[in-house]
Amino acid sequence: MRARTLISPAQLGRRRGKILYWTVFGVTMTLFTLVFLGPLYWMVTGGLKTTAEIVQSPPTLVPDSVHPKNYQDAWNVMDLAKLLFNTLYYAFGALAFQLVLDVAAAYSLSKLRPLFGNVILGMMLATLMIPATVLVVPQYLTVLDVPIFERNLLNSPWAIWLPSVTNAFNIFLLKRFFDSIPRELLDAASIDGASALRTLRSVVLPISRPILGVVSIFAVVGVWKDFLWPMLTLPDPAKQTLNVGIYSLSNGVPQNQLIAALTIASVPTLILFLLFQRNIMSGLTAGGLKG
Amino acid sequence: MSAPTLPAKPRQSAPPARKHQLTPRDGSLTRTVKRHLSAHGFLIGAVLCFSFFSWYPMVREFLLAFQKTKDGRTTWAGWSNLTYVFNDPAFWQAWRNTLLFTALALLLGFAVPFLIAVLLNEFRHGQGYLRMLVYLPVMLPPVASVLLFKYFYDPGYGLFNRILGVFGIPEQQWLQSTDTAMLSVVIAATWMNMGGATLIYLASLQGVPGELYEAAELDGAGLWRKIWHVTIPQTRLILSLMFLMQIIATMQVFTEPFLLTNGAGPEGSTTTVVYLIYQYAFNFNNYGGAAALGLVLLVLLAAFSAVYVRLSRASDD
Repeated sequence: MRARTLISPAQLGRRRGKILYWTVFGVTMTLFTLVFLGPLYWMVTGGLKTTAEIVQSPPTLVPDSVHPKNYQDAWNVMDLAKLLFNTLYYAFGALAFQLVLDVAAAYSLSKLRPLFGNVILGMMLATLMIPATVLVVPQYLTVLDVPIFERNLLNSPWAIWLPSVTNAFNIFLLKRFFDSIPRELLDAASIDGASALRTLRSVVLPISRPILGVVSIFAVVGVWKDFLWPMLTLPDPAKQTLNVGIYSLSNGVPQNQLIAALTIASVPTLILFLLFQRNIMSGLTAGGLKG
Repeated sequence: MSAPTLPAKPRQSAPPARKHQLTPRDGSLTRTVKRHLSAHGFLIGAVLCFSFFSWYPMVREFLLAFQKTKDGRTTWAGWSNLTYVFNDPAFWQAWRNTLLFTALALLLGFAVPFLIAVLLNEFRHGQGYLRMLVYLPVMLPPVASVLLFKYFYDPGYGLFNRILGVFGIPEQQWLQSTDTAMLSVVIAATWMNMGGATLIYLASLQGVPGELYEAAELDGAGLWRKIWHVTIPQTRLILSLMFLMQIIATMQVFTEPFLLTNGAGPEGSTTTVVYLIYQYAFNFNNYGGAAALGLVLLVLLAAFSAVYVRLSRASDD
């Protein structure tokens, strides 16, 4: 039984209500499919058209002749294998760093409660107040010459991985989930003589699978979607991400190959989305933004 | 597997500031110290990352804004970076463009997702599919959606002019004309990003108690009055929060204009503040100017949020 909404069930039950409901529903279905799925259809089929057909006016709804070879050409010409591999490497590296360091930090702040823990948490959350783009320039200068270590991280994956850990929102989500784990469970583990690390591994992490899933997806998607930061820190074409690589090659390749490349670049996150739809959607509202 | 259960809302009834666990149970001081040290051991990795890539850059942003770097030597510059930036005609143009973008993006990106959410919430069928559709573009890599839109916007073979033609509307120059360039950027950006907002509104609409609608109907309220007097007040908190977050986000727009119009657009009509920061830093090598610009943006957004929070709190009482 669903909750009652704006329109009353009685109104919907009437003939006029039913007709109106199905009309609006039909129009919405069609319109949304056209607006949100249509461009993707255009992208996939655009990649199949010939160079002449793709720039012809008026455009064709269905390709006159199908050229799957464009996809192969795009793959080879733009070296998409390398771009794809790079992006995966950065995304899963960032995921690993975030899972280890952010989970440990959130666990410590939530359950171990170290001295000055609240101050540290406050300082982490404060970073959410600063507009991210304002920090791009000083962050870039830091990557050029990391203080104390005196390292230049330009063109190195560390330039993506380490800053990705500074995700205060993830730490906040994780900490709040850990807060909701009953104290008694941890006390029991501690009475059994489990160390803090052992408790984290054997008690906290197994219960926290849902939130770990949400955080993981956001970590991967975050790297996959980023543009400005990888463009600045990975200028070497051999080390670029899909976004940056395709953008910098976009003017040199024929339109149909470019569109094919865009399709290829979209496939991994779309698959991720179709597989983890539920987690992604619930993760979105996990920020506790309830009206 | 069932849907993941989400963290409960922070419990209001959390144990009253329980003495934290690390207080010595057996009274031994070394034990307490050890416990705190191990707790800090778990924290250290994240804290180091924050120190280098977040906290230090924050401090450095302020320093940079008042420094000049020439031939590798850094000197104190006082307010000169700021006056330099303020005297740059591009500064004012960038602000005009950014505010225009923010206004248009709010018009489209704030109202449309809310209306869509209200509509979807009424449907008894296909909600999952429609929700998925709206969120689909959010998952695309920006380069894919932006270059796809660039292709749609093409005045010659682009799809958009074809569609307009069906309705008898003359062809537009889209990205090539100063009149429509910014609007074109906003349309693309809205399509790309509105899924998140829609789903958040939808979630908050599901929390509106149905009895309120029933009560309103007994009082003879029609559709619009129900939306105005029940739906909006009931979701007000989330609406105002999203309004604030969207302003903060849209004022920082960079990727969409950068990819669609190479940042500047016809006669600089899509140059945004963040693009100007980018230009200062990475085209003109003027880090001081870039930091000064960033500081202006930071101060403005902070002041705006503070006033906004104050106002919305005042209206709560």
